[in-house]
Amino acid sequence: MIDSVRKAAKTPDEPMPFAELGMKPDEYARVKEILGRRPTGSELAIYSVMWSEHCSYKSSKVHLKQFATKAPKSEALLVGMGENAGVVDIGDGWAATFKIESHNHPSYVEPHQGAATGVGGIVRDIMSMGARPIAVMDALRFGGADAVDTRRVLPGVVEGIGHYGNCLGLPNIGGEVVFDPCYIGNPLVNALCVGLLRKDQIKLATAPGPGNKVVLFGASTGPDGIGGASVLASATFEDESHAKRPAVQVGDPFMEKLLIECCLELYAADVVVGIQDLGAAGVSCATTELAAKGTGGMHVDLTRVPLRDPSLRPEEILMSESQERMMAVVEPRDIPAFMAICEKWDVPATVIGEVTDTGRLVMTWEDEIIVDIPPGTAADDGPVYERPYHEPAGQAALNADTPDRLERPADLRETLLKLLGSPNLASKEWVTSQYDRYVRSNTVLAQPADAGMVRISETMAGAEHEPTTRGIALATDGNGRYAKLDPYAGAQLALAEAYRNVAVTGARPLAVTNCLNFGSPEDPEVMWQFAEATRGLADACRALGVPVTGGNVSFYNQTGSTAIHPTPVVGVLGVIDDVAKRVPTGFTAEGLRVVLLGDTREEFGGSEWAHVAHRHLGGLPPQAVLEAERALATVLVEGARRGLLAGSHDLSDGGLAVALAESCLVRGVGASVALSGEPFTDLFSESSSRALVAVRPEAYDEFASLCGRHDVPCYGLGMTGGDTLVVEDVLEIPVAELRETHEAALPALFG
Amino acid sequence: MSAARVGVVTFPGTLDDQDAARAVHLVGAQAVPLWHADHDLKGVDAVFLPGGFSYGDYLRCGAISRFAPIMEELVPAAGAGLPVIGTCNGFQILCEAHLLPGALTRNASLHYVCRDQRVRIEQTATAWTNAFDQGQEIVLPVKHGEGRYVASDETLAALEAGGHVVVRYVGGNPNGSLNDIAGIRNEAGNVVGLMPHPEHAVEELVGAPSTDGLGFFTSILKNLVDA
Repeated sequence: MIDSVRKAAKTPDEPMPFAELGMKPDEYARVKEILGRRPTGSELAIYSVMWSEHCSYKSSKVHLKQFATKAPKSEALLVGMGENAGVVDIGDGWAATFKIESHNHPSYVEPHQGAATGVGGIVRDIMSMGARPIAVMDALRFGGADAVDTRRVLPGVVEGIGHYGNCLGLPNIGGEVVFDPCYIGNPLVNALCVGLLRKDQIKLATAPGPGNKVVLFGASTGPDGIGGASVLASATFEDESHAKRPAVQVGDPFMEKLLIECCLELYAADVVVGIQDLGAAGVSCATTELAAKGTGGMHVDLTRVPLRDPSLRPEEILMSESQERMMAVVEPRDIPAFMAICEKWDVPATVIGEVTDTGRLVMTWEDEIIVDIPPGTAADDGPVYERPYHEPAGQAALNADTPDRLERPADLRETLLKLLGSPNLASKEWVTSQYDRYVRSNTVLAQPADAGMVRISETMAGAEHEPTTRGIALATDGNGRYAKLDPYAGAQLALAEAYRNVAVTGARPLAVTNCLNFGSPEDPEVMWQFAEATRGLADACRALGVPVTGGNVSFYNQTGSTAIHPTPVVGVLGVIDDVAKRVPTGFTAEGLRVVLLGDTREEFGGSEWAHVAHRHLGGLPPQAVLEAERALATVLVEGARRGLLAGSHDLSDGGLAVALAESCLVRGVGASVALSGEPFTDLFSESSSRALVAVRPEAYDEFASLCGRHDVPCYGLGMTGGDTLVVEDVLEIPVAELRETHEAALPALFG
Repeated sequence: MSAARVGVVTFPGTLDDQDAARAVHLVGAQAVPLWHADHDLKGVDAVFLPGGFSYGDYLRCGAISRFAPIMEELVPAAGAGLPVIGTCNGFQILCEAHLLPGALTRNASLHYVCRDQRVRIEQTATAWTNAFDQGQEIVLPVKHGEGRYVASDETLAALEAGGHVVVRYVGGNPNGSLNDIAGIRNEAGNVVGLMPHPEHAVEELVGAPSTDGLGFFTSILKNLVDA
């Protein structure tokens, strides 16, 4: 028999399986207090998923607040945190919306579908803002490259991202692939999507206007992903993880492609009052959030939800995470037009309820009331925890174990080749060649460029607009080793690198999204890492003048008591006024001056060299000098605007040596440079705030004086040309040999 | 003379339609959107079947599109000489519709591959390649998971003997295609199918690092003017 509100009132003492649904006793007590009775099974389903860590941010909220309270003033910010994705003004009436989100746990259990539905989910977030999704990126982290399980997880993840994104017709324009033993059993799959809309076309997740209809459209609802949000994402993996396999959703990118085109046509026809995608917590989340942000009430007849499996119970319908579904609020008079557009695109659509002014979310099943709750209590008033935290016991010892004790290499030629052929620095072509980077014909820069860049060349139905010359650039970065040594600085360095990667293309960094990947928040040492990282990131955003617009937190990335390195992944979006002036990556021609910007200190803590040559992690990461970072970006953006830069590349993992090698590899152009300091430090230190640029000789003086005006150290190192990388008196390596080393590593590992 | 009108067909799941339309515009022709569910070619002078994953390609690629209403119009029109080109999924659809022989199967690597590929124009006597030089080598992007061209020995022999291989991979075969075949034509030369994407190689700023794809679009204009 159905567990109705009537029955719940009659059987107040019936025990409910709250613990199995991941709820703590005090949380369950609060639900009873809110309702004044025990919850029905359906209500418990709603509260358990909405109050899960994944949906409620209950452990992170108190720290994430800083992104708002410390936010720099930004005229570009149109929609900030709290919506499906942030929106920034990019000029000429255009706005960009972007966000990065994790799909870590599902991608470990079922790499292909886990990663694929990660792409699908973030794309729907972007669609629900009223935008056309225009590109995706993926920041991936795996266990050791030679680990057996990495051979299972990586190919599946790459295939899943590729299949879903390729089939959707979204160019994949960048991202990261990082290997570290700390991610074995806990791979990180962070997917980013960016979309484009006219400034005055922003849609919000809201259900105003009593009498308006609630329409569920897209795929039908099946048993996939039931409990995914609360059970999978919020519980640590133990031995039984494979028993949870059915909790991973299965994606249908074809349906998502139809949904994209269908939604854009619905927006153009102006028949949508509010819209929300169905992601984690499915119908529970969409109905409570829409209702809570609208007039406040909603009546839903759950029996009308189209089912793929007719045996599903209401609790399961509420928790199902079936993919490719959206929910819209539509005025009654627009329903025929709405349905006609859905029909054109073969997208099933069903009216399942309507907006009310009762302040209650009421759901019925076969005429029985099974849910009757104030929606805000589920959507917004979840528990908030001030989790205890303290510095990890081994932190001081870790910081004291500096790389000073490590033996310096005698042969720097061999060191460079070893680094260049190591999995983290080797060519990622094996991965990126499985992604379509050309579709939509707007891709200006894609991998292996420092940042992806697309030109703005859309025609939006329902909007009058002139063509624009603008483009947007995006980069994601994160370094778990740096963050392990110092989470405050590590988060800042992640932002600094993404910011720099955007600036080296000539784009002005505008806004930030982040995906914070950590272990269990119930471990005070992990919580300390989280607190430090969020504090560092918020401070750095303020210093660099770029606000956080949204993002995602992924906790419980740990096996047993062993957590991953804290891994804040930061995405930065920038805008370039004239996309034709973008700076290509690397050495683009012979006869250019090779110029190093920024100062080099002896900084090897957490470096790629220490990792590859000594398997060492200790000391402190490079200093994050944010004023220097800001000045560097100013010089790069202004240099690009004046057309002074023929090529560029940021300096990061592996330092100057790797940046030189990669710059040669892009077009097969060699270079001859000379160093002024101690060669090993000059070549392999990972000091931040540095970049390499290639400048036409006749433009050098103007560029050098630009650098001088902004106090950016500028060193002419030599010239491009020939087919060999020559570092005078130190090393000589033919570009062909660099290429062979760089390109052979991943195919050797993954076939 | 009024601008030539090139129809660009959109099936559910077609992805490169706006790219193809843009390339058509770039050479000064007019792109006319054609919808899969219409029995209407809108009187166009030529038709472009773009790439994508029509109907999700969950069945054999192109196997469902073949039965779309627009194809009921296109097949006889192509038989009567209307210039038609299919790239990637469009090529797969042309094979499924038996406008071209053979089939496209899973890449030998079993991976989707997106890369800039060197190809040779083997045949300029087609509506879509007459602006190239015979034997000219160009760079076009490929991006597909099922682009391995296969056909019976007799069909292959006939294709080669008749000069019906239009484009051939050089400097590495991305998918294991027999005879390195990247594209073919029909007997009359008005229908061409190829896996590479000319529409992604038409502008300096975006897409592949070449503008070699333009030749396919200028060819059709030349063909229409000469006709």
